[in-house]
Parts: sequence; structure tokens; C-alpha cells
Amino acid sequence: MADPMRIRAQVTGDKATVRVLMSHEMETGQRKDSAGKTIPAWFIQEVTVAHNGKNVLTAQWGPAVSKNPFMQCVVKGAKAGDKIAVTWVDNKGDKRTDEATVS
Amino acid sequence: MKTRREMLSSGAKLAALMASVGLLPATAMADWNKVAFDAKTLAEAVKGLGGGAPVASKDVTITGPDIAENGAVVPVGASTTLAGVKQLALMVEKNPNALAAVFNVTDAVEPSVSTRVKMGQSSNVFAVAIMNDGKVYYAQKEIKVTLGGCGG
Repeated sequence: MADPMRIRAQVTGDKATVRVLMSHEMETGQRKDSAGKTIPAWFIQEVTVAHNGKNVLTAQWGPAVSKNPFMQCVVKGAKAGDKIAVTWVDNKGDKRTDEATVS
Repeated sequence: MKTRREMLSSGAKLAALMASVGLLPATAMADWNKVAFDAKTLAEAVKGLGGGAPVASKDVTITGPDIAENGAVVPVGASTTLAGVKQLALMVEKNPNALAAVFNVTDAVEPSVSTRVKMGQSSNVFAVAIMNDGKVYYAQKEIKVTLGGCGG
């Protein structure tokens, strides 16, 4: 189901700013459909950012993160050509990993 | 700008809330922290994350708009100049579950993250930095929402 993430990693000095745009519904479990039934929660729970295969940042998210989540972080010591991989896992066990090259 | 009185009273309120639930050691972060995310209040959320008594600090910065037109997408960020940060958390006081996101920071990244959160109504938003030694620092900002993000 999941569409690819859009990842941009840009070098500024000796670090790289990583911006990630994920494609996900991020349903809170609080909304009701037109029949009055609660729509079950469906959201990204864990996000991992890896720099050249080494995990540098992990995050845990709740349903309060917006639909199609955006995330930004700054990775120290990243150079042009390095690989930044981002993985997310949602509460249904779905996961997706995408990789980008630092530029 | 917040007045000193407001800062003190909100800090005291938060501290009292957190103190009332006691201090717990940091929980293992391997799995999704259900306790913290199920928490209805800031106090429970910080307890779930294993933080100590929170202190307002100007070394912690929260970024966000003063007024958010759309509560479904409110860009907020947390950063700090302090060294030895373990976690950066974003909490929205009046959401059904206060905790929005927790970032586990390592030495390889700057203690500065941003994302976008949903807000049901105008509320104080907290950037909370939990240090390696268990100290908790926070910054807060009131964000007014003109259109809630939790409606159908």
C-alpha cells in the first residue's frame, strides 16, 4: 500500500539536513465514519534514520502526528555521497524503507 | 512573550502534575511505548517516558506558529543547546493523548528535530528534553488553532 517516501539530504558544512516526507494515512482512531462507526487507528509507530547503515535516530510516534508525516533532522558528519535510509513501521506491522544519497 | 508569572505558574503546574505520579526509571525503548502514548495528560506521558521533575529552560527551544490555520497540520520543532540529550518529545496539552512524538537522539545527530502534528484545539505545546541523567527540561508555546484537526 505504501507509496515511497521522499527523502532529501543536503550537506551544510559538516552536517546534513535530512527531510523526509512519508505517505501514510495516520488515522487517529478517534474519528467516526458516516455510519457512526469508529475508524480504527492506523499510524506510524516507529521511525528509524540510518546513516551509512548505522542507526542515528529512532522516533516513536503517536497518532497525533499529521497525515503524510514530515520529519526533519540533522545528521552530523554526513558527506556528499553518504547513504541515508529511513524506515517506518506502523501499528499494523507494515513497514517501508527508502534510501537517499546525501548531496 | 509570556510574563514571568505565567511561566512560573505553568512550570509549577507541570511539576506538580509530574511529581504527583512519582518518578520512574527510564523504560526500555525497544518497543513502542504504549504507556506514554496512552497517557491523557502531560504528567502521565512524562512518567511513561521515565523523566524526572521538569524544569523550564531557555536552552530548550520550541518552534511553531503563533496561529495555526489548520489544526491537522501544525509544524512544530524541538531543539536544545544542551549536551547529553537522550530524548526530545513533543506534547500537546489539550489533545486526547498528550504525547505526539518522541525522538531518541544519538550523538550522531543534532538535538534538533521537527515534524508536523495534529491539534484538536488551541493549546500549549511543549518541547520536552529528557537528558541522559534523567533531568527534564522543557519549553512551551501557545499555539492557537482556528480549525481543529481531530474532527471528521
